Amino acid sequence: MEYVVITFLCLGILLYFLLGGADFGAGIIELFTSAKNRSKTRKTMYQAIGPVWEANHMWLIIAIVILFVGFPRIYTTMSVYLHIPLLIMLIGIIARGTAFVFRHYDAVKDDMQWLYNRIFRYSSFVTALFLGIIAGSLISGHIDTQANDFLSAYVWGWLNWFSVAVGFFTVSLCGFLAAIYLIGETNEEHDKRRFIKKAEFMNIAAVVFGAMVFIAAQRDKIPLIDWVFKNTIGLSAIILATLSLVLLWYLLIKGKTKILRVLAGFQVTMILLAISYAHFPNFIRLKNGNTISLFETVGPEKTIYSLGLALLLGSVLILPFLGYLFYKFQKKEE
Amino acid sequence: MDDFIAARSQMALSLGFHIIFSCIGMVMPFFMAVSHYKWLKTNDEVYKNLTKAWSKGVAIFFATGAVSGTMLSFELGLLWPKFMEHAGPIFGMPFSLEGTAFFIEAIALGFFLYGWNKLNKWFHWFTGMVVGVSGLASGILVVAANAWMNSPAGFDFVNGKYLNIDPIQAMFNKAWFSQALHMCLAAFTATGFAVAGVHALMILRNQNKEFHLKAFKIAAIFACIGALLQPLSGDISAKDVAKRQPAKLAAMEALYKTEKPAPLLIGGIVNEKNKTVKGAIKIPGALSFLAHGDFNAEVKGLDQIPENEHPPVAITHYAFQIMVGIGTLLLLISLIYFFNLIKKKSLLEKPWLLKLFVFAIPLGYVALEAGWVVTEVGRQPWIIYGIMRTKDAVTPMPGIAYSFYIFSAIYVSLSIVVTFLLYRQIKMVPVLYSKPKSNS
Ligand code: HDD
Ligand code: HEM
Ligand code: HEM
Repeated sequence: MEYVVITFLCLGILLYFLLGGADFGAGIIELFTSAKNRSKTRKTMYQAIGPVWEANHMWLIIAIVILFVGFPRIYTTMSVYLHIPLLIMLIGIIARGTAFVFRHYDAVKDDMQWLYNRIFRYSSFVTALFLGIIAGSLISGHIDTQANDFLSAYVWGWLNWFSVAVGFFTVSLCGFLAAIYLIGETNEEHDKRRFIKKAEFMNIAAVVFGAMVFIAAQRDKIPLIDWVFKNTIGLSAIILATLSLVLLWYLLIKGKTKILRVLAGFQVTMILLAISYAHFPNFIRLKNGNTISLFETVGPEKTIYSLGLALLLGSVLILPFLGYLFYKFQKKEE
Repeated sequence: MDDFIAARSQMALSLGFHIIFSCIGMVMPFFMAVSHYKWLKTNDEVYKNLTKAWSKGVAIFFATGAVSGTMLSFELGLLWPKFMEHAGPIFGMPFSLEGTAFFIEAIALGFFLYGWNKLNKWFHWFTGMVVGVSGLASGILVVAANAWMNSPAGFDFVNGKYLNIDPIQAMFNKAWFSQALHMCLAAFTATGFAVAGVHALMILRNQNKEFHLKAFKIAAIFACIGALLQPLSGDISAKDVAKRQPAKLAAMEALYKTEKPAPLLIGGIVNEKNKTVKGAIKIPGALSFLAHGDFNAEVKGLDQIPENEHPPVAITHYAFQIMVGIGTLLLLISLIYFFNLIKKKSLLEKPWLLKLFVFAIPLGYVALEAGWVVTEVGRQPWIIYGIMRTKDAVTPMPGIAYSFYIFSAIYVSLSIVVTFLLYRQIKMVPVLYSKPKSNS
């Protein structure tokens, strides 16, 4: 059952990155869209993510619940030492979620829209940034559980070059995912071209920030290069990601939009795999060199058993329903 | 502000905020299902418009409920890491099932809100019901988790270690049923009165009477049935509390001395220093009866409980008085309303009854918050009753006061915006729905 639970945990995190990430990305794209095209972007975006954003968002909750039920030490270590970035990310989630719904459901469309839009865009950016920072901090080895002063215990653990670089890398990946996703959502040639431009821009940003991640890792003495390149899985994941990128641009020029999404998702999955495979099942690397691994902190047997059962049962109930939701709202209205 | 107090206040604030939205999310789908059903059966456009108008309001509340709930699932760890480290694996079962229920709810809501004209109409109705049923299920599950904090079960506590963990037994602890029942009824009562009151106000203002009368009736019937059953279920809860948490019961009734028979206090000013209550009306033997079903039974007072295990008496007592007082009032309103319904009197001839409902708009929610204060403050100083103290569970991080201020600001501004949006929705009803439209 341990493996079932861990699989669900990884799946939850991955899907949150992909689906929730595309969702944040939509706000980020809007942030980088010129004022005259914004309202159109917004409309396309609303059609695309309106029906599903609530469901996307659930993956985070699933992952968190699995963590606190099954791996309480990981959950509590994160919540103590990454308190501040978690808090900021939560504020971002609150702000963007409510602004997104409010702007659509406000019965009167007036100046308030301006406010909702602002909040939505900036908080999407902040949420993605801090999601990345948190992910980066977990493997950065800067979390210091023995620190005595406030800054070392609660700030430097996440405010370091590596974590911040991962944060910006995440932002660009989210933007990229969203742009690719939106290309398939519009029928207008002009809009399509605009989203392709955005995808290009985000792709370049991702490459730049990706390079920064490596530089920052070097600076912070994190053996990222070893993890990625001295290990067959990591290496092949990176090669596959690069190949799929080439394929992706080829297909984009050819105008095949549906398969693009799969490829973009695949690419991000590969990047995550490359970064995390080398130290799996270690979830948190601490400053004193110790690690907190999934297997060491796993909860009592009966708990894991019933958690696994609940997850399996849940997915039997949920997946067909969820699939149907995506299917039903994929079909564009003619 | 002391960090410990800040953490407690932040927890209370977040929960108090979330509960309002989650109750609406639990109850409104049922109101909509009734109105939706009537539309499908009678083809009366007013019911369709009503369902749509309500669903727009619900979308706003639902999103606010979802984000504040997400906040909570992190906050448990951010504020109470020691508690979660031990409690997570034990009381996690309801949370993991709740995850499933939320998921189904969110998906069904997607279908429901965006499915007009796209789905088979009965399937569409069914998705609305699924939203309601899974919302209710998730409410029951979280309350079961809270009940575990009041009545820990499913593990052995040996030398400070938590052994032989059984999450299923933990979920079906002794308090879950009475709390879940009382909570579900409270959700219907509070939301029902709030919704009925808003529509009553619109009827009094002579706006779209047909629309608002139909809306009023659906909400009022749910609310009044809830209010009739609430005292009965409250009585079950009280007997339960008397058995498992005598300190809480004594605090609820500000019973400093063990008495046989014990009187029920109504009102009164508590002096925590001198351990006295002034100016209360005493009903002899009534507390004995409420707690143990026997007018002569002995009721344990705070004198039998070690001083360092006393909950704050004044807050618990006042909150209990508020809840029971409002419960009684709502019961009376319900009786009057049903009397009218049976006599087939038209509401329009009775503006005072409508005014009574307008007056009751906030009352259900006030009672609900008060009830939670009774439960949670009455459990103090324990976070897990009899096992772990709240102050041992708090996060070591200093500066929680600032996060409390930030969240207070966020919740206050969200409340203002949501109220404002709702006001606009209602104001737009005449524009959007006054003439039955054939296409929309
Ligand atoms: C509309 C709201 C509402 C109304 C009218 C009432 N209650 Fe209540 N009460 C709640 C809403 C509530 C609640 C907020 O839902 C609580 C908090 C925890 C719980 O399980 O339900 C609660 C808790 C609660 C508890 C503590 C349970 C525990 O700690 O396990 C008792 C003893 C009562 N109630 C008793 C009553 C009585 C005798 C009422 C008589 C009229 C009453 N309540 C009306
Ligand atoms: C939604 C309704 C609820 C409300 C309004 C509420 C209210 C409160 C209040 C007022 C406190 C502070 C008590 C004090 O410090 O004196 C508190 C504490 C707490 N509550 Fe609740 N509560 C609710 C439900 C829950 C649920 C469902 C859970 C968990 C499953 C929960 C978990 C906690 C925890 C962990 C604390 C902090 C520790 C403590 O003070 O005991 N609460 N809540
Ligand atoms: C008595 C207390 C509670 C009740 C009755 C309750 C009920 C609900 C309901 C019905 C929803 C669905 C949202 C909606 O319909 O608006 C919801 C959302 C949520 N609640 Fe609570 N809840 C309570 C306390 C808590 C606590 C203590 C936590 C966290 C530990 C929590 C976590 C969540 C989460 C994560 C969501 C969002 C799910 C989504 O995205 O749909 N809730 N709650």
